[in-house]
Amino acid sequence: MRDSTFKSAFNDRTAKTFMAVLFGATLLVTVLNQLFPADSVLHVSAYTVTLLGKYLCYALLALALDLVWGYCGILSLGHGAFFALGGYAMGMYLMRQIGDRGVYGNPELPDFMVFLNWSELPWYWHGFDQFWFTALMILLVPGLLAFVFGWLAFRSRVTGVYLSIITQALTYALMLAFFRNELGFGGNNGLTDFKDLLGFSLQSDTTRVGLLIATAVALAGAFILCRWITGSKLGRVVMAVRDAESRTRFVGYRTEHYKLWIFTLSAILAGIAGALYVPQVGIINPGEFSPLNSIELVVWVAVGGRATLYGAVIGAILVNYGKTVFTGIMPEAWLFALGGLFVAVTVFLPHGLVGLVAENWGKVKTRFAQNGNASNTTNPAEGDTP
Amino acid sequence: MGYRFGQMLTALFLVLLASVSWAEEPLQDPTAPPRTTTENSVDEIDILPLSLQEILNRLTNRSFDEKEAAIRQLAKQDNPRVVPLLNALMNRELVHNRKDDTIALGVKKDGQWELRDPESSEVIGQADSRAVRPVIINNRLRTVINNQLALVALNDPDSDIRYQAAGQLIGNDDAEMLAALTTRHYQESHPRVVAQIDTALNIAALRSDDLTTRLDAIEALAGNLHPEVKNALNTRLLAADTPQESQALEKAIARIEARIDTFQTADTVFFGLSLGSVLLLAAIGLAITFGVMGVINMAHGELIMLGAYTTYVVQQLLPDSHEWSLLIAVPAAFLVSAFVGVLIERFVIRFLYGRPLETLLATFGVSLILQQAVRVIFSPLNRTVITPEWMSGALEINPVFSLTYNRLYIIVFALAVFLALLALLKKTRLGLQVRAVSQNRATARGLGIRSERVNALTFGLGSGIAGVAGVALAQLTNVGPNLGQSYIIDSFMVVVFGGVGNLWGTLTAAFSLGIANKLLEPMAGAVLAKIVVLVFIILFIQRKPRGLFPQRGRAAEE
Repeated sequence: MRDSTFKSAFNDRTAKTFMAVLFGATLLVTVLNQLFPADSVLHVSAYTVTLLGKYLCYALLALALDLVWGYCGILSLGHGAFFALGGYAMGMYLMRQIGDRGVYGNPELPDFMVFLNWSELPWYWHGFDQFWFTALMILLVPGLLAFVFGWLAFRSRVTGVYLSIITQALTYALMLAFFRNELGFGGNNGLTDFKDLLGFSLQSDTTRVGLLIATAVALAGAFILCRWITGSKLGRVVMAVRDAESRTRFVGYRTEHYKLWIFTLSAILAGIAGALYVPQVGIINPGEFSPLNSIELVVWVAVGGRATLYGAVIGAILVNYGKTVFTGIMPEAWLFALGGLFVAVTVFLPHGLVGLVAENWGKVKTRFAQNGNASNTTNPAEGDTP
Repeated sequence: MGYRFGQMLTALFLVLLASVSWAEEPLQDPTAPPRTTTENSVDEIDILPLSLQEILNRLTNRSFDEKEAAIRQLAKQDNPRVVPLLNALMNRELVHNRKDDTIALGVKKDGQWELRDPESSEVIGQADSRAVRPVIINNRLRTVINNQLALVALNDPDSDIRYQAAGQLIGNDDAEMLAALTTRHYQESHPRVVAQIDTALNIAALRSDDLTTRLDAIEALAGNLHPEVKNALNTRLLAADTPQESQALEKAIARIEARIDTFQTADTVFFGLSLGSVLLLAAIGLAITFGVMGVINMAHGELIMLGAYTTYVVQQLLPDSHEWSLLIAVPAAFLVSAFVGVLIERFVIRFLYGRPLETLLATFGVSLILQQAVRVIFSPLNRTVITPEWMSGALEINPVFSLTYNRLYIIVFALAVFLALLALLKKTRLGLQVRAVSQNRATARGLGIRSERVNALTFGLGSGIAGVAGVALAQLTNVGPNLGQSYIIDSFMVVVFGGVGNLWGTLTAAFSLGIANKLLEPMAGAVLAKIVVLVFIILFIQRKPRGLFPQRGRAAEE
């Protein structure tokens, strides 16, 4: 197993390095934003702070996908749905916080409901004025959906491509549903025009920096959690499921339970990412459910490198940075670049950038050590083909 | 009762006789020379009391009653000029020339009236705009003219025109009209026209004073789908005083409603079938690449889009021949999409056989590139493909149920493509090789089949069919860069629902999903119907992960 060689080489250092880089960057941006005046050369604008926060949310989402795809071999093309659900839960809380400051000044109903002539709040909006309830829902709603969906799917042994396609259908169906005004989530326009979070104005730099730090903490926490899980005995079983599900089952493990567990956890992480994402970008709309988003997310992980966790984070940040740059310079070229990236990564870089670096690093090392027995390069997610 | 009925019959018979003789009289001399001068008409007073010009001149009178009499008289003339003159009157092109107090055809030109002779329509002079005034008509006269035109049309040699004329007279209870309809009823041989006249006469009979006549009419009208019938029956129901009649009316109305329901269901099923055939066309190429080869081609939707754009380009290249450019577009789209498909297979998929998830991602990348390429080349705006004449319009089966030609053709087209593909796979050498490779690649290679070539060809075939589907879709929707995206998930659903690797399963799945979608739509709305269907499929796959018709035996791999 390549993983074991990876671990013996990096195990202790990986998490530490990751945390050091993550918190170093966050701290640097915070300091540069807060301590230097706006006209200073060293000042970092609030835009950059939010941008970095956004990237970190994507990184958390990619981490969640890496957990199921990289370690368990479940290629979910619907992870955007869990992200968006977490985002909607947060959006509902933020909507309720607007209170009577909306355009119509209705203290109870969000603007779009007044606009649709609704007389009272739908039942599922109750409780979202409390942060603790919202926080619970952010974990519960994506988790529950993933649990039910996974329970149905894994129990009947829907695997591989079929699973990918029905997860895609799931997010597609949710997108269509959320586009409807009748559902009570703002239809086409989604939820927007947020004012403040826990009493802090979303427009102020301090809140933005606070959100960035919160996202970084969440990402670090999720990273440690995933690292711990994948290193544990449970993680070993999950990887065994990925590599040879039937064998694992015959050995006596209830593989569907492991898959369900990891899938639900991943959905919850995705939901948290969505919840942190919404206050930073200031809007959540049904477009977040679009299958394209979920597939784009897959390519972040693929670019970074599967089954390494930090690879997913690196991939998410790199691809999104590329997207920001590209769409700024020549917007029409972005989709070409993204499409090319999909093809190039799958055909030429099956292990992603991290794998590329690791292989070359391995070659260099073996040359020095004159060992001649470079670590083998089995593709982690390949073995699952039944 | 019986006495009055008899009286009515006699009256009807008399009217009938009179009108038959009136209708047939002119037929004796159809080639009579046109009478142009007033002098001639004096001699022919027995056959034709007045010349056209003389009748027309009565329109100079200000009284609308007088005008109406003139119109009726004009309509009775057997003269090919009658219809154009009545139409001219409707269009205010019949003018009163005050100089010599006659009626002429007049067209306004450069502030002047150009006058033409009403009979020969030759130019007879110019007139100052003040000297000439169009003949004024009111709504009552318009109705009279329309009815008279319908009466003339009722005897037209073209059965379509007769049908329309009879349809226009439905609900009319003018004695003269009814008499004309009765006459025509006896001469008419075309069943459609006869049925239409029957409807008109029966509706009129509902207003009869005689109960038996009314009951007979109600009986005859039961189940008739003409919208006027239901109105007339409902009106009559309000006035009905005997329980017998009320009962009969209610029964008849219930029957009409039941039939309307039946035909509306038929309509829904037809729409479902047409949606199903669209799904079939979109999914069948996928059924080959996914089902037979095990390759997930996320760019399939974009291959459909390429086919649609090919249709558009062919139309642009042949601007004068929209009627038959589709005949070129179909093979052209097949070739374009097949070519792109082979390229995708050679440069991307070839490296990824046996790694379905990677194939999915790579082809998704290809789909993004193709979409963006189309956006750059053709602009992100939608393009419209002109539907040829023979595909527009509808085949009207009855007033509540009609089949639009474009949907009808697409159903036929989808089935034809399906059968052609089936024949190709079952009867040709390539089909045999494709099936062999898909069942067991190693053995097939061992027997000398060049599996690489077969792969490329199969992928090309599936892609080409996607292109052909694009031609069909271009007739139904706008052609835009996102055309393919909206079909890709549906197509996958169809293939997975039907069972991978089974063309008949794809057919069944496409039609059942199409019909289910359309049946749900009136209940739940279009979007919700789609969601319900998606959720159903998601749940269905949980129950039967291999689809409706799973592959069995060794090919099933598991």
